[in-house]
Amino acid sequence: MKTKYDPTDWITHMTRIRDDQDQTAFAELFQYFAPRVKAFLMRSGADATLAEECTQEVMATLWQKAHLFDASRASVATWVFTIARNRKIDALRKQRRPEPEDLDWGPEEEPDQADILSLQQESEQLGRAIAALPAKQRELIEKAYFGDLSHSEIADQTGLPLGTIKSRIRLALDRLRHAMK
Amino acid sequence: MHNVKHHLTDQLLMAYSAGTLPEAFNLIVAAHVSMCDDCRAQLASFDSVGGALLDGTDSQPVAEDCFAETMRLITSGALSPVKRPSPSAQGASVLPAPLRDYVGGDVDKVKWKPIGMGVKQAILPTSKEASARLLYIPAGTAVPDHGHRGMELTLVLQGAFVDETDRFGRGDIEIADEDLTHTPVADIGEDCICLAATDAPLRFNKLIPRIAQPFFRI
Ligand SMILES: [Zn+2]
Ligand SMILES: [Zn+2]
Repeated sequence: MKTKYDPTDWITHMTRIRDDQDQTAFAELFQYFAPRVKAFLMRSGADATLAEECTQEVMATLWQKAHLFDASRASVATWVFTIARNRKIDALRKQRRPEPEDLDWGPEEEPDQADILSLQQESEQLGRAIAALPAKQRELIEKAYFGDLSHSEIADQTGLPLGTIKSRIRLALDRLRHAMK
Repeated sequence: MHNVKHHLTDQLLMAYSAGTLPEAFNLIVAAHVSMCDDCRAQLASFDSVGGALLDGTDSQPVAEDCFAETMRLITSGALSPVKRPSPSAQGASVLPAPLRDYVGGDVDKVKWKPIGMGVKQAILPTSKEASARLLYIPAGTAVPDHGHRGMELTLVLQGAFVDETDRFGRGDIEIADEDLTHTPVADIGEDCICLAATDAPLRFNKLIPRIAQPFFRI
């Protein structure tokens, strides 16, 4: 069961961490996200010990990079996801993942409140749309993200022909897009 | 920046977002996204899907001392310093930032090796699951016609090339698979520089390139 929370609240937590090194805010954020990060890493193939260790590194990185978080570009959950994903690639897959070059966002401006709000609303909408996907489509999307499997490996594991998987993922994406309109 | 016509597929962007691609493909995706605002936006939405999935996932209880250990990690200074992503060079350079990191500079730093007919290449150091190389094709020159055993992505960095399917200019990416046999020809206007990533050796249709293939590693 998912805990109810106000997702804009995590932004306040991030600001408190960034500006005041607020450990109480960090502890609350930790309590919510650390178990999810651990679950993500375990579903990606880490054993409990490695997942626990990587979770600590992910959450410490979140603290360390708090000044780079931009609420008009990503939700806190997305920000946590990208840090956890990068840790997964380093620790589990031993691949490098070069990042695109950054756009010029101007001199450290505070992001626009309207942009932050609309991004948070879209994120909530996306969360609801994913939750509302038919179970089979949601499972495949989760496998594509969490399972560390390419589509053909998913086919081996699920016994579904590759074409079915691709079209199911495509269908799921179409539905998500539709739900976002 | 604005004239990109050929883009990455959703499948590739999603896999880059999920972190399941081999290094050579990560590199070419990062390079294209550096040059293409459409794919950058699309990638951001795939990251949001990842965020929403993480948010909605069942949680896995962490050890009692997990928070304390994390705080210890923060205060011990054991974490590697924060690296900001490389800033954009504002179109001043031929190679986008992720490629400059591999080359150690812009095109003038590339260590080209001739592979015949004026064509030069430089293999970039990536993990072995897939390979990435820069190709230099003099204006008007053809790359021998070939099929593909796996997937081949080609990103144009300078000039343009034309093949049986279309014309590809700076920022465009061609996605070739088993079904495509083609003869890319560099446009007459300017020497063409591309980044190519492939997960299997190409299958050349002419005898000589096929014999030469293991030596060129293309
Ligand atoms: Zn694009
Ligand atoms: Zn080709």
